[in-house]
Amino acid sequence: MKHETVETNAGLLIILTLAVISVGGLVEIVPLFYINDTIEDVEGVRPYTPLEQRGRDIYVREGCYTCHSQMIRPFRDEMLRYGHYSLAAESQFDHPFQWGSKRTGPDLARVGGKYSNEWQVQHLIDPRSVVPESIMPGYPWLIENDLKYSDIQARLRALRRVGVPYSLNDEEYQANVERFGEETARWLDINRAEENLVAQARAGNYDGNPSRITEMDALVAYLQVLGTMVDFTQYDDGYFVQFR
Amino acid sequence: MSKPTEKKGAVQTTGHAWDGDLQEYNNPLPRWWLWGFYATVVFAVVYWLMYPAWPVGNTFTKGFNTITFEVDGEERTTHWNTRALLVRDMQSSPSAVRQREFLEQIAAASYEEILTDADKLAFVRSYAHGIYGDFCAACHQVGGAGIVGLYPNLANDDWLWGGTVERIEETLIQGRLGYMPSYRETLNADQMTDVAVYVLSIAGYEGGDADAIGRGDRIFHGAEGGCFQCHNVGGVGRTSQGAPNLTNNIWQIIDVPNAADHDARVELVKSVLRNGIQRQMPAFADRLSPIEIKVLTAYVHQLGGGQ
Ligand code: HEC
Ligand code: HEC
Ligand code: HEC
Repeated sequence: MKHETVETNAGLLIILTLAVISVGGLVEIVPLFYINDTIEDVEGVRPYTPLEQRGRDIYVREGCYTCHSQMIRPFRDEMLRYGHYSLAAESQFDHPFQWGSKRTGPDLARVGGKYSNEWQVQHLIDPRSVVPESIMPGYPWLIENDLKYSDIQARLRALRRVGVPYSLNDEEYQANVERFGEETARWLDINRAEENLVAQARAGNYDGNPSRITEMDALVAYLQVLGTMVDFTQYDDGYFVQFR
Repeated sequence: MSKPTEKKGAVQTTGHAWDGDLQEYNNPLPRWWLWGFYATVVFAVVYWLMYPAWPVGNTFTKGFNTITFEVDGEERTTHWNTRALLVRDMQSSPSAVRQREFLEQIAAASYEEILTDADKLAFVRSYAHGIYGDFCAACHQVGGAGIVGLYPNLANDDWLWGGTVERIEETLIQGRLGYMPSYRETLNADQMTDVAVYVLSIAGYEGGDADAIGRGDRIFHGAEGGCFQCHNVGGVGRTSQGAPNLTNNIWQIIDVPNAADHDARVELVKSVLRNGIQRQMPAFADRLSPIEIKVLTAYVHQLGGGQ
């Protein structure tokens, strides 16, 4: 092909340019899908329960990711502040992942259990009532809005289609029992999604009002599970090094 | 503008012509640029040899560069990667080493030594300032002032669970659940008023007649209220229950001192009786190391109210 043909043909130039620059991306990204060590061999990570998953949807809807990352990078200062660096395994069921790099507020990858439910609720309604210098906006409607969950099965089915192991039939359920244990497998059963969601919200009473299931219940349930699934005391300093 | 047509004979052009007479010189690349380009190629090859680079099958080339760190006193060497770099950084970077020296001193010292030694205390203050800011200030506020009704003050000498270093440490490790039942079902409005008047009287507020105070006293110390079981006889508090001293006019849940008049104060106490209290201090055993908990305990103790 003559240089002149490419230079004088804008459409062709665009296609060839895209082809050349995509090589860089492909070489870096594609191998991650088949290299054995990409996802660490670690116990405890499971897909979100229906309630947590709805909370995650609200997290995305409200745009929390525009100010908060969920990715503790492997640097000393980050470890000292936020805890163990994030593992690939910990976001293997996230679609889409919330890693991000914009930190107007702190990283939330391990915020689960850091504060009480009451603090989370208070802080989300009015951040400046607990952190006077905060610039985070308030989300008071979350405690007023009833959580819509009639479509929860459809949402879980969509995630199942992209590979998250929610179970739809007995065979898949048995596979989950084997992989995650009986109790977790029950939470991941799509046929019992509504029932599970209501049960968790009632028992957890995240928003302090047991008589209603609000969007606040879901969001706080999600925040409280972030970064808590892996028990890092089980692994020594060198364990995760072997996966890189 | 110089006149391009003059130089046309000297330098070759690409031969393209746009718009009639618009042409391009075909100059060779500058020497420095070309060598710079070759240098990047050489750099890339060296980099591939030294660091993890190319995917091969279901693994990748690891490179010759290595990092050595320790696991349980044993040396371990791996190919270069950021995780190993971090482990080494946590173990042997100058700032980590310096910090560890101080932390080991703190770990070896008793609380009494820490709280009386100016150097150690200065380290505790500066180190705790950071972790207190990350883990505690969102609730207890900077400086430990707390928020009335939400989170207790840590800087005064009024303690729910006790202000000795042992009790503070226990609070941090296992967390606390502050619980007082609601009396909505057990006391009627008049009884609530009586016991509220009594509670205010032991805190030093005058108001309400002697009869009401007497009735309130009996509810407080009798089976009906049973307040004494948690708040102790005379309302002096019981740290095993996390129940505050009600006689010292320091209020954590309701803002009695700033209430307008006695009726407003009674209303505030009654609101506690109606609603009960339930609030939680999270456990930090899993989140903070024993030494961080020790530093924070000493820090909280020296905020002003340690016993
Ligand atoms: C405009 C940027 C902004 C947005 C949007 C935002 N935040 Fe924040 N967030 C902050 C800042 C700044 C802080 C630190 C101050 C504070 O604690 O309020 C913070 C703190 C937090 C914390 C406490 C973290 C810690 O470790 O102390 C949580 C939890 C949190 N945000 C959750 C959320 C959630 C959930 C949403 C979406 C509903 C959200 N934020 C949206 C800026 C933001
Ligand atoms: C989610 C909010 C929250 C966070 C974060 C928190 N606390 Fe607390 N803390 C509380 C509450 C609520 C209480 C009162 C518990 C009760 O009512 O018995 C409390 C009680 C305490 C007490 C006992 C006070 C007394 O009077 O006996 C101490 C000491 C304390 N906290 C220290 C800390 C330290 C140090 C940190 C940081 C590592 C911390 N807290 C983080 C909410 C919090
Ligand atoms: C089961 C134990 C228990 C019983 C019984 C109990 N309390 Fe309490 N009370 C507490 C605790 C614990 C707190 C502090 C809660 C906290 O700070 O989180 C408290 C707090 C209070 C306060 C608020 C103090 C402040 O600093 O603002 C008042 C007033 C009070 N109690 C009065 C009473 C009266 C009157 C009764 C009897 C009718 C009673 N309590 C019975 C445990 C109890």
